[in-house]
Amino acid sequence: MLSVSITRVLDRFTLAAQFSVPAKGIIGLFGDSGSGKTSILRIISGLQRCPGAQVQLGTEVWQNAVNWVSPERRGVGMVFQEGALFPHLNVRQNLDFAARRAPPNRSPRPIQVDAVIDMLELAPLLGRKTQNLSGGERQRVAIGRALLSQPQLLLLDEPVSALDHGTRDEILAALERLSAALDLPMLYVSHNLAEMASITDHLVLLSQGRVAGSGATAQMLTDLSLPLAARPDALSVLGARVSGYDAGNGSTRLLIDGHEWKIPGRLGKDRADCRVRVMASDVGLARDVPGATTILNTPPARILTASAMPQSEQVNVLMRLGADDNGQYLLARVSRESWQNLQFQPGETVHLLIKGVGLVDAN
Amino acid sequence: MRESGARREFPGYEQSMIEVIATSLELAGTTSILLLLIAIPLGWWLAQKRGWGADMIAAAAALPLVLPPTVLGFYLLLFLGPHGPWAPILRLFGLRTLAFSFPGLVIGSLIYSLPFALTPIRAGFAAVPPHLMEAATSLRAGAFDRFRHVALPIARPSIVAALILGFAHTLGEFGVVLMIGGDIPGHTRVLSTSIFDAVEELDYTTAHELSAGLLVFSFLTILALRRFDRSGAI
Repeated sequence: MLSVSITRVLDRFTLAAQFSVPAKGIIGLFGDSGSGKTSILRIISGLQRCPGAQVQLGTEVWQNAVNWVSPERRGVGMVFQEGALFPHLNVRQNLDFAARRAPPNRSPRPIQVDAVIDMLELAPLLGRKTQNLSGGERQRVAIGRALLSQPQLLLLDEPVSALDHGTRDEILAALERLSAALDLPMLYVSHNLAEMASITDHLVLLSQGRVAGSGATAQMLTDLSLPLAARPDALSVLGARVSGYDAGNGSTRLLIDGHEWKIPGRLGKDRADCRVRVMASDVGLARDVPGATTILNTPPARILTASAMPQSEQVNVLMRLGADDNGQYLLARVSRESWQNLQFQPGETVHLLIKGVGLVDAN
Repeated sequence: MRESGARREFPGYEQSMIEVIATSLELAGTTSILLLLIAIPLGWWLAQKRGWGADMIAAAAALPLVLPPTVLGFYLLLFLGPHGPWAPILRLFGLRTLAFSFPGLVIGSLIYSLPFALTPIRAGFAAVPPHLMEAATSLRAGAFDRFRHVALPIARPSIVAALILGFAHTLGEFGVVLMIGGDIPGHTRVLSTSIFDAVEELDYTTAHELSAGLLVFSFLTILALRRFDRSGAI
């Protein structure tokens, strides 16, 4: 477990955040700019002193009323927004800087230099000067460097916010691969909900310095009582498995809760587990089996509950995939007019009209 | 010009010029190396600190920029002389006074040239991005390790600039050198005081040679600095 308890008066508000999250996978710390995310990250790392705070990873107390472990002894890898690579060292020397200071035999399974170079595709960059790297290359080196210090926890402070979209996805995919391969907990700070949905397993939601919610990402995203579901970019994530590629139609087949979904294009490896993102505004509901339609995916689902969105003529509908009540949760956003016209009821089984599906990554 | 002719015929002339140049270079070299040893830790400290204490020390170190060299020379003369506060300590080493001696000259030069070495070094350290130091911390580097392997190499151009500037400024100083050194041939006579002597004796040829030499050297120094100091402060 990673346990954090912070009370601190900042310039604009009071940070009063307590949370305990399982120290595995990728943990997201989500909130608007100025919600205190970065302060929390810096306090966990020890770079920002915060008397009275409590920070504990597993059985190791980094900070409480009596103890203080200095940041260089905490074993937290940090990845900054702009990489923070040392300009006087080339890529290889940046990696060596970390490797040389890593404690020998700290963890039972140390992170190998070669494995890092391999997974982040750093080999062609090793001799390069850091000034000549692109934004994406810079972040790959920064992640590699942080990993080679053999951290117990990797902290990422908006690591892809300065990158263009394609590069962003590439880095996120690399982080997912690393998380799966290295058994290293990561704490990921961002104000981009799609990023969070793509890679985090657990989400801590911050609002004005307080924890508004904490839980598994898929549940947090579809919890109608949380502000996430009310955002214009509200979305759901679904676990899926690539079942094959239909060369004739040029689409990838996915299996989600026993139902086959199709995505145009060849994506992912066969039989790989992956995650798909579905925007709430891309989901429509139909009472009857849809007839002729351009929409590829029309799986059944059962309505759980609905809530009218404040100051908007829209309704959020929470459903579970499949006709029985054990599928994954999915959020739909429909107009109040159609919701009232069709008189859908909780417990009713409907057919979804899914306009767009984003595949996140196939390991 | 009659004086000049007489001087040129003086058999030890070439020898004494070599001596003067050697004394000047020794003084500038010793001073600039010692300056770095003082200015690097002091500059680092000042770059980290804010507040009254740091301001007082920075102001004291910058004082020679505005103070007439004769004022500095006068106080140093009293301070380092046989009745100064250091006299008992000097006596332990069998010395009566540091005034009119080479070590005295070095001390005077150190104080006089300190701002010229300290300013670029302090600015160089202040320009080291804080997030690089934080990245080094997260990579398990302790305080000295971070200073030695991140701050120092990043500030290197400023340190080279400080070295060149300290050297050149020491070579060109006059007032303090005259006051505390006394212009003793072979001991404390340096290029700048030699020019003064030559002019006093109406030996314009020698004055020209030395002045032109210093002029060219100073120009080359500034040129070298511009190449080194990326900030373009000079």
